Amino acid sequence: MMRSRFDEQLNQLNENLIEMGAMVEDAITKSVKALKERDVEASRKIERDDHLINEKEKEIESLCLKLLLNQQPVARDLRTISTALKMITDIERIGDHAADIAEICVHLPVESHVTDIEPIAAMAKATMRMVRASIEAYVKKDLALAQSVTEMDDEVDELFIAVRQDMIALVHKDPNDGSEAFDIMQIAKYFERIGDHAVNIGEWVVFSITGIHKNTRIL
Amino acid sequence: MKKQKQKLTEKAFAVLTWGAAALTLGTLAFLIAFILIRGIPHLKPSLFAWEYTSENVSLLPAFVTTAEITLLSLLIAVPLGVFSAIFLTEYAKRGNKAVALVRLTAETLSGIPSIVYGLFGWLFFVTSLKWGFSLLSGAVTLSIMILPLIMRSAEEALKAVPDTYREGAFGLGAGKLRMVFRVALPAAMPGILAGVILAVGRIVGETAALIYTAGTVAQIAPSPMASARTLSVHMYALSSEGLFMNESYATAVVLLLLVAGINALSGFIAKRLGGKGERQGGE
Amino acid sequence: MKDKSIFEIKSLDLFYGNFQALKSINMELAGGEITAFIGPSGCGKSTLLKTLNRMNDLVEGCRITGTVRLMGQDVYGGMDVNLLRRRVGMVFQKPNPFPMSVYDNIAFGPRTHGVKKKSALDSVVEKSLRDAAIWDEVKDRLKKPALALSGGQQQRLCIARALAVGPEVLLMDEPTSALDPISTGKIEELLLQLREEYSIVIVTHNMQQATRVSDRTAFFLLGEVVEYAKTETMFSMPKDKRTEDYITGRFG
Repeated sequence: MMRSRFDEQLNQLNENLIEMGAMVEDAITKSVKALKERDVEASRKIERDDHLINEKEKEIESLCLKLLLNQQPVARDLRTISTALKMITDIERIGDHAADIAEICVHLPVESHVTDIEPIAAMAKATMRMVRASIEAYVKKDLALAQSVTEMDDEVDELFIAVRQDMIALVHKDPNDGSEAFDIMQIAKYFERIGDHAVNIGEWVVFSITGIHKNTRIL
Repeated sequence: MKKQKQKLTEKAFAVLTWGAAALTLGTLAFLIAFILIRGIPHLKPSLFAWEYTSENVSLLPAFVTTAEITLLSLLIAVPLGVFSAIFLTEYAKRGNKAVALVRLTAETLSGIPSIVYGLFGWLFFVTSLKWGFSLLSGAVTLSIMILPLIMRSAEEALKAVPDTYREGAFGLGAGKLRMVFRVALPAAMPGILAGVILAVGRIVGETAALIYTAGTVAQIAPSPMASARTLSVHMYALSSEGLFMNESYATAVVLLLLVAGINALSGFIAKRLGGKGERQGGE
Repeated sequence: MKDKSIFEIKSLDLFYGNFQALKSINMELAGGEITAFIGPSGCGKSTLLKTLNRMNDLVEGCRITGTVRLMGQDVYGGMDVNLLRRRVGMVFQKPNPFPMSVYDNIAFGPRTHGVKKKSALDSVVEKSLRDAAIWDEVKDRLKKPALALSGGQQQRLCIARALAVGPEVLLMDEPTSALDPISTGKIEELLLQLREEYSIVIVTHNMQQATRVSDRTAFFLLGEVVEYAKTETMFSMPKDKRTEDYITGRFG
């Protein structure tokens, strides 16, 4: 077949995306764990390792640009490659947010209420599922899975509201907990943002399969 | 070892081609030199006297006759030949049986010795049609003789015209007639002229067919129905009589110059006509 | 002219002897647009192009059923061929200027259709050459042989020659396949300009070219039109798998 090299490169692109997805999932997992265990050393490592995700983004970006230049892709190839280019921005942001969460961990007081906050753990779980689903949908070209990411986000949004209420209650009880409540609120916000980025990814995956992005044909 | 052998073969081949070229050129040069050396000293003004007498074997009448016969033959044969060629290439359907027959006939005719044309001309034009030995009989006979040559060369020239020209003309809404006369024929002109030049060569050099049809009278024919001799026939007559060998050589010189002149002229015309179509820088 | 269909093709079948080169083609070509025909060699795209101005008449054993209408008039129903070709001009794969001067090349068409006055010819020659964006390059050599021009110039000359008879539609059969990239770029630029005044149908092997210049694209395969859609749609989200396979190079 005359396009075996092209197909090989597309496979390479897929593998890279899976790898990058795994990296951010790993970062989220680790930051949640560090949060629970109040492990400052682990948190610092997550922050330090964020540049690896950024490097992966650059690598994928360069591969995509090379493919655009060399293959001048059309149809499905065009959609696949342009989707990858858009996706990695969101994936990279997710990585940033994982690092942001770890950074907050470093500053939290040792006797923190965080470990008791159930909704935070649930948010971590839900967003991780979303990230995994969106990337898997891309690789498997699974339209239903990609669309389900948007629905999953509702759960994250609800959890965010729950955290917010918990924190308001916490501050009401003891105003001295204000600074910690604020930190926890930020963590919740980061998870909520991670969910939004996963939704973005899901939407681009829908485009790569149907050519339609957020209900409009953009080409 | 092998390389050495290859080199040797290459060298041998080079020597062979050079030798062949040298031999050909040498023969030609020798022939021309021979004629010029034997002829030029005897080129006297008296040879160009208006009238031929048994004392002064003037070649001027023959010169004029040559021009007349050439012109007359071409006048008959060129339009006929070119139009047949146009029919064969532009109008006849490919694989047509009649076309194949016409082509076969033309090829056969071009292989027939000229004496046969002479005999035919004598029997048909001179005797049956009672045209007698005349310029007309000679010219018509010669035009039959050169017709296949002109037709074939015109056909080849037309075939060599790229079909893209034809498409281009049709694509602009031109009809067939306009396409043929404004595009195909002008493009084929150099090739057609090359055929005409060859035909002129045959006419000028012809003796056998003319002796039987135009006769051998050394005069400027007062009418197309009068007999006259061309330069070649004149030369043949002089040399066969054996009395005027020097004058015969002088005539040969004139004949040689005439042929060279005709070639140069047609080359010039071909260049003028074909120059426009010369490909330069095209892809 | 825009948005109005210029050619209407209905259940068109075309045979070369016993070989069926086109199979029940149904399509409308929009006016004021550039339509590209793409597909592998021998798929019938050039054949369909040539049925539009009846250049197929020249091919022996070519038989056609179905109808082709040019702005409502049946092309195969008693329309004068020469008049049809005046309305539907053609530019060929290889530049084919006649072996005559630049001026005579352009004037050939108008002269064919009865223009004799020198002043009228002069102005049509200039206008056509200007429209084909080659006037500045040849205005000082109008009397020079057209074949002395470069390949790209020759092709633009051929476009000018086609424009000189005042066509409504221009058919182009792989007009840049014999040209270098710079000349190709110039021709593509020219096509986009010409689109303002003429409807253009272009057969091309170069899919990038189709995406660059055409508004609509038709994909041909084995004598059939597999897909006919807006070019951007065709090249981003083709409907038919065969189209997808062809344009992404998963073919043959």
